[in-house]
Amino acid sequence: MLINWFRFASPVSFYPIAGRWSFAFGALAALLAGAGLVVGLWIAPTDATQGDAYRIIFIHVPAAWMAMFIYLVMAAWSALALGFNTRLSAMMAQALAPTGALMAALALWTGAFWGRPTWGTYWAWDARMTSTLILLFLYLGVIALRSAIEEPRRADRACAVLALVGAVNVPIIYFSVQWWNTLHQGSSISLTAAPKMAMTMLAGILIMTAAAWCYTIAIVLSRVQAIIVERERGAGWLESLIELRPRGER
Amino acid sequence: MAEFFAMGGYAWYVWMAYGAVALVIAVESVTVRARRKRAFDELRMSLEPPRPPSMPHARSAQ
Repeated sequence: MLINWFRFASPVSFYPIAGRWSFAFGALAALLAGAGLVVGLWIAPTDATQGDAYRIIFIHVPAAWMAMFIYLVMAAWSALALGFNTRLSAMMAQALAPTGALMAALALWTGAFWGRPTWGTYWAWDARMTSTLILLFLYLGVIALRSAIEEPRRADRACAVLALVGAVNVPIIYFSVQWWNTLHQGSSISLTAAPKMAMTMLAGILIMTAAAWCYTIAIVLSRVQAIIVERERGAGWLESLIELRPRGER
Repeated sequence: MAEFFAMGGYAWYVWMAYGAVALVIAVESVTVRARRKRAFDELRMSLEPPRPPSMPHARSAQ
C-alpha cells in the first residue's frame, strides 16, 4: 500500500483529508452508537445485584477510557510538535484538548450517577476518582494556558510541555485501583482473563467504545479544520480553502 | 414502554447520565461547526480588498 505520508504533514493538504475522514467517522459513530444503545439498553439483561443502574456502564467506561487515551494521544502529538517543530502536530494537540476535557467530565458525571445508587454516594475522594478529576484539571490547564499566550507558536511549546508533564497522571489513574484500595472497584474487563459479565454486556461496552472512538476522531478532525483556517490565515494558499468551505456554511 | 423509561426504579440516575452524554455531543458538534464557520467568515473578510476611504467606519481587514 502506497501512501505518501508527507501529504499529512502540511495543513493545506491535510485540510480536505480531515474533512472526508471526519464525515466517514461521524457516520460510523452514529451507526455504532445506535447499535450499542440497542444492545446496552434493551438486549443486555438486568444485573442481578445492581438492577438497571448498571446500564450507565455503557457510557461511563467508554468515556473514562477515551479521557485517558485522548490525553496520551495529545501528549504524543505534543512530543512530535516539540521535537520536530511541526505545525500540524501542535494543531492536533490543540484540537484534542477540549474533547478530552469533555470525556473526563462525562466520566466523572456518569460515574457519580452510577455511584449514588450502587455505593450510596455521588462523590468520594477515592484514588481513581480524584486522579480523574486531576486529569480534567490538566485538560483545562492546557486549554487555559493556550488562551493566555498570544503568540500561537509560543503557546504550542508551552502547552506541549504541560501536556507531557501531565502525562504521568494517566498511568496513575489506570493503576489506581490496584495501588490503592479505596472505593472504586477493579477493572471488569481484562485482556488476559475471562470477562466477568454476560456476553451481551461486554458486547455493549465494546460497541459503545468503538462509537466513542469514531466520534472523537470525527469531532477532533472537524475542530482541527477550524484551527487550520484560524491559524494559517495570511498564508497564500488559504484562498483555495474558500472553495472547500462546506455546503450550508455560506 | 413506560417500563423501559422507568429503568427498574433507576430512571433518575440512568437518564441523567445518558442525557448528559447526549447534551455534550450535541453542544460540541454545534460549537465546532460554528467555530469553523467563524474561521471562514474571518478568512473571507481578510481576503476582501480594502474598503474605499469614503466609508470611515468600515471594518478594516486584519
